[in-house]
Amino acid sequence: MKFNTIKLFAIAIVVSMTAYNCSNDDEGGYVAPTGPDFSGTYAQEDQMGRPAVNTVFVSSGMKDAFNTTVPSQQNAAFQSMFQTNLEALSPAYANAGDTNALGLDSATFTGLLATDVLNVSLDGTTTFYDGTNVLTGRALSDDVITVELLLIFGGEDFSENPGLSNDNVDANDKAFTTAFPYLASPW
Amino acid sequence: MKKTKLLFATAIVVVATFVAIAADHIDAPAVTNGTSDITDFYAFQGENTSNIAFVANVQGLLGPGSDTQNAAFDENVLIEFNIDPNGENVEDLVIKATPRDGKMYVFGPTSPSQTGLNSTIASTSSNQVVVDITPYGQSAIVESSGGIMAFAGPRDDPFFMDFAQYGQIIGGNATSFNDPGMDTFAGSNVMSVVVEVPKSMIGGSGTINTWVESKRKQ
Repeated sequence: MKFNTIKLFAIAIVVSMTAYNCSNDDEGGYVAPTGPDFSGTYAQEDQMGRPAVNTVFVSSGMKDAFNTTVPSQQNAAFQSMFQTNLEALSPAYANAGDTNALGLDSATFTGLLATDVLNVSLDGTTTFYDGTNVLTGRALSDDVITVELLLIFGGEDFSENPGLSNDNVDANDKAFTTAFPYLASPW
Repeated sequence: MKKTKLLFATAIVVVATFVAIAADHIDAPAVTNGTSDITDFYAFQGENTSNIAFVANVQGLLGPGSDTQNAAFDENVLIEFNIDPNGENVEDLVIKATPRDGKMYVFGPTSPSQTGLNSTIASTSSNQVVVDITPYGQSAIVESSGGIMAFAGPRDDPFFMDFAQYGQIIGGNATSFNDPGMDTFAGSNVMSVVVEVPKSMIGGSGTINTWVESKRKQ
C-alpha cells in the first residue's frame, strides 16, 4: 500500500514535469521539425527529349547553348543549323524533293527534331518506332539509333545506304524487367 | 573501370571531330563527366497500362565495381521531368527529383511556380514520394504513394549502340557499320531515376510532349 502510494506519487511528479515541459515548449513557440533543405534556385545545365539529337545535329561549340535553350525557342534558334548538319551528313537531303521514309524533307525533318521533346501517347502503344507506330514514346528496348540512322541515311523506303542505316546492335546487353523499375540491375 | 574510362577517353580523342557521343551521354562541354550529365530519357506505358513511366539516367559510363560503388546522386542537382499536355512545348506540369541523405525526394506532378531555365522546389506538393536510394548490389527499393511509384539508384545502362564504329565512320576511317556490331555501352552502368505516374495526372489522353532537365543549385 505504501509502496503503491509512493509509486503513484512518483508518477504524478513525472506527469506534472512532462506536462510542464510540454507547456514550456508551447510557450517557447513552435519548433519546426528539422527536415531536408530544398531552398534556393536551381539553374539549368543539361536537357534532353529525343535520343542523340544534341549529339548528332548540334555543331560543337553550340552544344551547351542548345542544352540551355527552352524547347519553345529551340526551333527558331537551331533549325537552320540542324538542316546544314543533316545535309552534310546525308547529302541526298540537299536534293530538291528528297525525303525520308516519313515523307519529311530536310527542312521539315529538322524542324521536327530541333524542338527536342519526346512525344508520348497516353492512349496505347508507346514506342519510338515499331514498324507501325511512330514517335509515340520511347521504350527501353526501342532500337532508337537504327531508327534515326534509317531516317537520316535510309532514303524514302529505308533501302538507301544500307551500310550506314543500321549499326547492327539491336538490343541491350541485359534483359529488362516487366515490372517497375524496368531497368536491369547494374553490372 | 579506369580501363573502361580510358577506352572511352581514347575513343573520344580518336573521333575528335565528333565531340559528343550517343543518346545524350557527355553531349556538351559544360556537363561532361559531371553529376548533372543526362545520358538518356525514356517515357513509356507502364506494366499497369493506366500509367506512364519516366526514366532519367545521369552519370553514364560507370564501370562495374568501385566505379559504380562510389557513384552518387549530387544533392545540388535537381532532375526535372517536364510535361506539356497541350502542344506548346512549355511545361504545364513538372516532376522534380533531388537526393538528400540517402533518399530521393520526388515532388509532383505539379504545376511549376515558374517555367524555363530556373526552378525552385515546392516541397509542400501534395504529390510526393520519398524512396531510399538503392545501394549498389542490393535489390531495387521501390516506394509508392498516391499512385506514384519511384526508384533511384545504379542500373545497367539500357542504351545500346555501336558508337565506336559510328565514330570511325564520322571520322572518315570507315564507310559502313560492321555486322554484327559491338555495343559500346555493354557492361556499363548509369545512375537512374524512375518515376511512374497515373496518366490521369498528366492529361489523361492524347499526346504529351515531355523532356528532362538537370539543374544545379546556385
